[in-house]
Amino acid sequence: MHARVLVRPKAGILDPQGAAAERALSQLGFAGVSEVRIGRLVELEVEDPAKLSEMCERLLANPLIEDYEIVDG
Amino acid sequence: MKFGVIVFPGTCDDIDAQLACARVGDAIPLWHADHDLQSVDAVVIPGGFSYGDYLRAGAIARFAPIMTEVIEFAGAGGHVMGICNGFQICCEAGLLPGALLTNDNLRFVFRQVSLDVINPDTAFTRSLERGRPLSIPVKHTTGRFYAPESDLDRLEQNGQVVLRYAPSQNPNGSLRDIAGVINEQGNVFGLMPHPEHAVDPLTGSTDGLGLFASLRDSLSGSLV
Repeated sequence: MHARVLVRPKAGILDPQGAAAERALSQLGFAGVSEVRIGRLVELEVEDPAKLSEMCERLLANPLIEDYEIVDG
Repeated sequence: MKFGVIVFPGTCDDIDAQLACARVGDAIPLWHADHDLQSVDAVVIPGGFSYGDYLRAGAIARFAPIMTEVIEFAGAGGHVMGICNGFQICCEAGLLPGALLTNDNLRFVFRQVSLDVINPDTAFTRSLERGRPLSIPVKHTTGRFYAPESDLDRLEQNGQVVLRYAPSQNPNGSLRDIAGVINEQGNVFGLMPHPEHAVDPLTGSTDGLGLFASLRDSLSGSLV
């Protein structure tokens, strides 16, 4: 089945890519934007969705610096 | 003294690492897909872009076949030096605490930095001239050292912070200016700067050679 995992930088850790995107949005004239954080979407086909957590814990995310969310699967 | 330098797909600083090791001992390459450390006395995990830094730097290399033996070797007290991508791989493999994040300035930084030796008594620093900073180049996009505050306190209290960027020299926003750390046991050392690029007067500084020489001295029994 189709699965989707979102991997996000943990709160409280500087995300310079998010900060750069935030500055760019501001330069483009979009006001009122803050707290931009950039993560990663992993999409995959899995036969055993029960294994998704372990895939995230071991490879897809680094639990020290990232949170993951299984959105489908 | 035989050094083994691991080579992954995308590794590029293995040759300079082998040449640096060869100045103080013998050096052989160790192929990522093999399960044999070939009786080396110490392992060097060199710099580069193993597996293209895909997913996260070092995240895939950490599961290469040879890493089974490297992790076992380290667990049994074997000495491992992780340089740049090697440091990232050690952190991903749980051989060292913390993680390396994108430089706070979002730039690829390639310049000479001055490093203060915070712990001069490790297997990797004991032969260095005391009190003298090291001039060694850094070359990375993902070198900002991070660990939770309580872990950083513990690292400092335990003497696990080995190298710090000298004042105003921090190229990447590493917390507490940390440039290199060792594990609790003291046998695994990771650093973002490239000592292998500072072993010959041709490149301006030979300060990197002392790290390899210290390791050689520690393992050859000439220092207890």
